[in-house]
Amino acid sequence: MENLKKNPLSLHLNVDDFMPATNDEKQSLVVMRESVNFWKDGLRRLRKNKIAMVSLVVIILIAIFAYVLPAVWPYGYDEQIKYSENLAPFEYSEKELARIAEGESVFPHILGTDRSGRDFAVRLMMGTRVSLSVGLLASVLVLLIGATYGAISAFAGGWVDIIMMRITDILYTIPDILLIILLGMALKDPLEAISQQPGFGWMQKLGPNMISIFIIFALLYWVSMARIVRSQVLTLKESEYVTAARALGASSGRIIKRHLLTNCIGTLIVTTTLQIPSSIFTESYLSFLGLGVAAPMPSLGSLATDAVKGMNTYPHLLLAPALMISVMILVFNLFGDGLRDAFDPKLKN
Amino acid sequence: MSEKILDIQEERLSFFTPAGEVKALNGVSFAMNQGDVLGIVGESGSGKSVTAYSIMGLTAYPGKLVGGKIWFNGHQIDQMSEKEFRKIRGNEVSIIFQDPMTSLNPVYTIGNQIVEVILLHTKKSKKEAWERAKELLELVGINEPERRLKQYPHELSGGMRQRVMIAIALACEPKLLIADEPTTALDVTIQAQILELMQDLRKKLGMSIIMITHDLGVVASMCEKIAVMYAGHIVEYGTTDEIFYNPQHEYTKGLINSIPKLNAAEKERLVPIEGIPVDLLNPPAGCPFAPRCKSCMKVCLREMPPRTELSDTHYTYCWLRQKEEFEKGGKAE
Amino acid sequence: MAKYVIKRVAMGIFSVFIVATLTFFIMNLVPGGPFVSEKSISAAAQQALNEKYGLDKPLGVQYVNYMSSLLHGDMGLSLKQRGRTVNQIIAEKLPVSCRTAGIAVAVALCLGIPMGCFSAYNRGKWADNIIIVLATCGIAIPSFISSVLLLYTFGMNLKLLPTVGLNEPAAYIMPVTALAIYPTAYITRLMRSSLLDVMGQDYMRTARAKGVSSVKILFKHALRNAILPVVTYVGPMLAALMTGSFVVEKIFTIPGLGRDFVSAITNRDYTLIMGTTILLATMVIIANVIVDILYKIIDPRIKLK
Repeated sequence: MENLKKNPLSLHLNVDDFMPATNDEKQSLVVMRESVNFWKDGLRRLRKNKIAMVSLVVIILIAIFAYVLPAVWPYGYDEQIKYSENLAPFEYSEKELARIAEGESVFPHILGTDRSGRDFAVRLMMGTRVSLSVGLLASVLVLLIGATYGAISAFAGGWVDIIMMRITDILYTIPDILLIILLGMALKDPLEAISQQPGFGWMQKLGPNMISIFIIFALLYWVSMARIVRSQVLTLKESEYVTAARALGASSGRIIKRHLLTNCIGTLIVTTTLQIPSSIFTESYLSFLGLGVAAPMPSLGSLATDAVKGMNTYPHLLLAPALMISVMILVFNLFGDGLRDAFDPKLKN
Repeated sequence: MSEKILDIQEERLSFFTPAGEVKALNGVSFAMNQGDVLGIVGESGSGKSVTAYSIMGLTAYPGKLVGGKIWFNGHQIDQMSEKEFRKIRGNEVSIIFQDPMTSLNPVYTIGNQIVEVILLHTKKSKKEAWERAKELLELVGINEPERRLKQYPHELSGGMRQRVMIAIALACEPKLLIADEPTTALDVTIQAQILELMQDLRKKLGMSIIMITHDLGVVASMCEKIAVMYAGHIVEYGTTDEIFYNPQHEYTKGLINSIPKLNAAEKERLVPIEGIPVDLLNPPAGCPFAPRCKSCMKVCLREMPPRTELSDTHYTYCWLRQKEEFEKGGKAE
Repeated sequence: MAKYVIKRVAMGIFSVFIVATLTFFIMNLVPGGPFVSEKSISAAAQQALNEKYGLDKPLGVQYVNYMSSLLHGDMGLSLKQRGRTVNQIIAEKLPVSCRTAGIAVAVALCLGIPMGCFSAYNRGKWADNIIIVLATCGIAIPSFISSVLLLYTFGMNLKLLPTVGLNEPAAYIMPVTALAIYPTAYITRLMRSSLLDVMGQDYMRTARAKGVSSVKILFKHALRNAILPVVTYVGPMLAALMTGSFVVEKIFTIPGLGRDFVSAITNRDYTLIMGTTILLATMVIIANVIVDILYKIIDPRIKLK
């Protein structure tokens, strides 16, 4: 067969075959791959990344666990159930057993209860909610402050740039922990005073501690974001297509909107996503230092820290929040890596 | 009659990417004798570099030879292991890459990088190897070789670095030198110098050269034979004169028409080849050039054209030439 | 080179001065003070203590006094650890922190670099995926959790390793592991991505075309180029670890500098805060100068400015 194909005379060629082909016929052969834009292409790559997709699913599950489940859970996070202190997972207190004997149905304490007789499962959910919220909000704060600072520094250039970058250098050299503890102390009284004022009730609800955590994040952790944004803007500013756009007479506003922003946005999204786990990390560390959110509001860090003392007798009280923190940081990191590979392959480490 | 040094028969090579099999080479055949200078021309992605790299076993993962035979200097390349390849690379066959700015390791001196290849393939002592490195730099026209040997790549200009690359390639007196667009990344004046150097060296050392380029000017001045590649096929092969003065494939004609002519009438425009290169993920069933061909016929879209021999040294794959033969045959009957 | 080092040292001293000044004023401006919280002390005694340590003088005077004695290498008396100078405390605690940090960083380098290389060489295969996920886990687990879990499993449950202090070699195992997890994971990832980057460079293809064996390509051509980001990371990290890790020292009851630093901040031991901060800043700056010099040695393209 192979030979037959190679010898034209043995093929059934007829005169029609040597007629010119029409344009349509030619075009029908050109298999065009679907042209994809930046976002579509990135999304496609992201969808193909199994690790990232699994991480996304886990993130969604954690979000449901933190924000939806507590609302339907039969116990409150600060509800102290008398005579039900220090129960093991799925254990009932005598009182509850009596109620069950009477035919009442009692929801099991899946993770047991703590020293004060609070259902630990719901505390874990609330802790996850607090940690997740801190992570998300702090990252947005860091993004806003860091991106603005970095962009201003890069755009201004010259002396302004040098001074602004010196400030970040110095902030980098002062030990974090010193500023965190001192800030925590300094903010405690004024924040409590403000939250007593009428109109600031929401602060009371959130807890002055939580607010001071946000302020600490906002003041300390924007530095690396600012540096990333600055270097990104500087490279883009020097890039040939921006020069080309300028040569064509594009206004600064247009250059910022069309070129700088669209090219930065991938980096910004990726860096912000990767900031979330590091915010969660820091919050749990602050809780370990005793500077985290205030009781009775739990965070994962404070739950784990509280459990350290009794870990020999009640290891599950430590393991559950520890596992939760680690899984959360892990999935956000893996998802962030996936986003980076999909949208910003150049940005590695 | 000089001996045959390279013989490639029906070489097929594919890259297995996540998107599917990219058929980079679809049955490439040609042969070279000792001392030949062959030019391979074609646009980006036509398979010219891949052909050359496969002779050295440099088509790394995910590239894979899927068919055909390659003989080089008594070795059957398509059967060789990585270990056997290492013995001939840089020794019997060597290569000059396109971009001299990035092809040298920035953290080692020029001398170190030349000596490395000498020590690897010869039994010379370290001292002899450094002597040889000095000779080589002189050979490729670098002044003050002693001093240059101790310098790092970033301290040399682009043209100098390409000379160093040539010195590395020639260190073990290879039978075949592959030049992969050796002048593309250089200034025009430096380009001329490098080409002159290569011609000079070829006369002195008598090795065969494969010159890969998309610059027809370069092949015209250097090569005796030319292979025109399109979408992983050699669409036309012949001597330089045959290709330039009697091009038979529509793609070759297009290429030659797109060269600016000095004597052209003032208002004459350059003629570009319309359309875009084929997608090698889904190559068409017929002639790969058909969708861009001005004289495309119905058969071209359906069947790959067979080979038409135009002379002992000249052949092409085009249905138009087949049609002429067919008509000649038809009239005779 | 000598000129560069002198310039950097001068700049470094200036930076330390700025950091010291900032720390001094921030620390003093935050409400509260070293003896305020001690309720057991009468107002008169408090006054006497303040006088003894010179805290009754105006802030500016205190600052000038501190800086001038600092110039003579004297960091003053600790306000809380009675009768001991800050110099003594640092001299006693720093070696402990340095030793654990040194071992931890050595472990991290010895594990991280080969794992990163292995991962890059097996890119996309299951071994690579396992290493990436493990390394990401290593980055994900906060040190206080890994320390506590180690202590619980090996110290309390299995009773394999001592849980307190550093009195025998086996006692180093857990704290060093806890300290080394993060840097090991980070170096693995850094090494992997940097090596992948280098492996795509043209000069790697040149080396292959010369017939160099893959082992020699890795050790001679790739590693030297790929190690640069690791060098940049390890310098400041070593400096930070050497001044002590509060979490690990607290959990494993190690007499290191990190614990003293945190307790000094919480109970306002001003002189100790200053001493430790200046020490940390100095070490970070020294580490950066060393990194720059190493950079120059590894990569001849770098110009020291």
